[in-house]
Amino acid sequence: MISKLQAAALAAVVTLPLALSGTAQAGATFDGVKQKGYVQCGVNLGLYGFSAPDDKGKWTGLDVDVCRAVAAAMFGDAEKVKYTPLSAQQRLPALQSGEVDLLARNTTRTLTRDTANGLNFAPTNYYDGQGFMVASKLGLKSAKQLNGATICVLPGTTTEQNVADFFRANKMNFKPVVIEKNEELHKAFFAGRCDALTSDASQLAAIRAAETANPNDYLILPELISKEPLSPAIRQGDEEWTNLVTWAFYAMVQAEEKGITAQTVDAAMTSPDPDVKRLLGVTAGNGKALGVEENWAYNIVKQVGNYGESYERNVGSGSKLKMPRGQNALHSEGGLMYAPPLK
Amino acid sequence: MSKLVQALNSARVRGWLYQALFVSGTLAVGWYLVSNTLTNLGKRGVATGFGFLKREAGFEIGESLLTYAASDTYLKALVVGLLNTLTVSAGAVILASILGVAVGVARLSSNWMVGRFAAVFVETVRNVPLLLQLVVWYTIMNRLPSPREAIEVLPHIFLSNRGLKYPVFVEHAGHGWAFLALLLGIAGAIAVVRYGRRHREATGKPFPTLPAALTSIVLPPVVVFLASGAPFAFDVPVMAGFNFEGGSSVSPEFTALLIGLSVYTAGFIAEIVRSGILAVPHGQTEAGLALGLSPAKILRLIILPQALRVIVPPLTSQYLNLTKNSSLAVAIGYPDLVSVTNTSANQTGQVVEAVAMMMVVYLVISLAIAGFMNWYNRKVALVTR
Repeated sequence: MISKLQAAALAAVVTLPLALSGTAQAGATFDGVKQKGYVQCGVNLGLYGFSAPDDKGKWTGLDVDVCRAVAAAMFGDAEKVKYTPLSAQQRLPALQSGEVDLLARNTTRTLTRDTANGLNFAPTNYYDGQGFMVASKLGLKSAKQLNGATICVLPGTTTEQNVADFFRANKMNFKPVVIEKNEELHKAFFAGRCDALTSDASQLAAIRAAETANPNDYLILPELISKEPLSPAIRQGDEEWTNLVTWAFYAMVQAEEKGITAQTVDAAMTSPDPDVKRLLGVTAGNGKALGVEENWAYNIVKQVGNYGESYERNVGSGSKLKMPRGQNALHSEGGLMYAPPLK
Repeated sequence: MSKLVQALNSARVRGWLYQALFVSGTLAVGWYLVSNTLTNLGKRGVATGFGFLKREAGFEIGESLLTYAASDTYLKALVVGLLNTLTVSAGAVILASILGVAVGVARLSSNWMVGRFAAVFVETVRNVPLLLQLVVWYTIMNRLPSPREAIEVLPHIFLSNRGLKYPVFVEHAGHGWAFLALLLGIAGAIAVVRYGRRHREATGKPFPTLPAALTSIVLPPVVVFLASGAPFAFDVPVMAGFNFEGGSSVSPEFTALLIGLSVYTAGFIAEIVRSGILAVPHGQTEAGLALGLSPAKILRLIILPQALRVIVPPLTSQYLNLTKNSSLAVAIGYPDLVSVTNTSANQTGQVVEAVAMMMVVYLVISLAIAGFMNWYNRKVALVTR
């Protein structure tokens, strides 16, 4: 009874809190989180590399690290996070209704979400794009050869619209097969129901790494047909909270720019570099401005690591995904990751 | 004063008062929930209203009775989803009824083998969750060979994991007229059946209802088709690129859902039919035998008409369940109303409106089915004079 339950759950999730709750106040999220002593973080139900429980049941991933960084900045303890696994459909209502304080769930930043849906976005923590995965034996070289193909699509994202846009723009036809459950969708694709599976390229890599006996049997086509800046989201109306989430992430990027890792952060405390001094709170000011302890960024780097460490551990060379840094490299190395000055 | 007390003590007045209080209380709670939701959504800067229905949907739908493209509106997309829901529900209601009656009668068979087989079927399909059954059927569909290795079941009819591909007549204006003639033929058949019944009741002589009705249904469209000069040309499916081109097809998702819903509901209908038949006293059968009627005629003329009175009300619930269960389509990728609405809700972010619309639509479908079945129930009910 998945869909009926889900519809009912959706209705309940969406309407009840909104129907029963009172008025939101400015700064309410920041103060509320501080008071209850933990961050309620909305994450994916299970996306390898981004947010998934490991074999000990501990949540890990690139998105999970954002939750942990915010907790480290606020409480000096990255463990002070409670996770709410959310489906694609549940995630926005869960954030809007106040069920979660922060949504770090591979969510694409779009104008509609930023405005009509009442959300704010922190800086992008993973630049992704939608791609196509096909069986290698089809011998395809490009997504432009997919005219007439049947394509497996996961609903509840911008994915369905992107693939329709791509085919319209290239005057090609396709037939979508839209299945709500990830496992069933992947099963249908691997059974040959569809010629191609479309999703964010990082997810395709994760699926290929986790669900195929021989990853070389499947090929991710080179075209990325959309821009998917996956970004943590917060509710509108609490600037203090938005600031903290934003700069907690920038601190991770800044630490990578300065070459400070979890191992070297203690040694870096004595660095003469004024930028490092400001980042780690040796020179006071940033913490007060954000409303947290001065050693907030030290705690992030010490407990979570810098952005590069988080990347390699979760989706890069240290993981099964083996995603190259690509657009997610630092700006100094040709990527898009860039932290404004922390001063 | 005493008049007021008197009035308050009157059971009639009290009844009205309590009912009025209950209705206004319910309305007040409903109004509060709706207005508070709208206020809070507004405060959080979330867009509300149904304006999104007129915007371009921008996503494709796998199968559609109407011509639909991504450039059509959300409203049209939802209509496509609704039609898909109605198609699969209507097909499954018919199949489930036929299969259910057959199994229900079979379970009462004096043949040990037939009876046991029916019992095993009923207990299996009734006691395995529908979602699992759907996934099983869908997995079976997906295990069929790929289009390039499709099985040619009959000449030009191909079975693969992309569905069943079959040839259709090349389009021609004559088809519309033939369809119209078919509708007229069906109307004629109904008239024939009515006449046959009156003839039999008036004269006591049997009337060849079945052959006459069949002729009335089949003959007019065939004649019109031939007279209109529609060509006998077929649009034959041919393998091209990824899949077959030309012809028409039934998708694996539709087939899996249709079979799954039909088989599952047939299990329940079988039990309802069995209980209905058992509710008719055995003396009725014996009376029929004494009159020299054949067992088939006893079943058709004596047992079933009486059993229907017991069967129809619970059968209505099964039809309602089936229609609502069709929303499990999302699990196996059939683009039904829920699937299309989910996508629309996601793209627009207007979940509250979308869920409300879905609820209203299912309510209307269910009330329509219940209304029809209640009408039918009154028709077959025992007329007491």
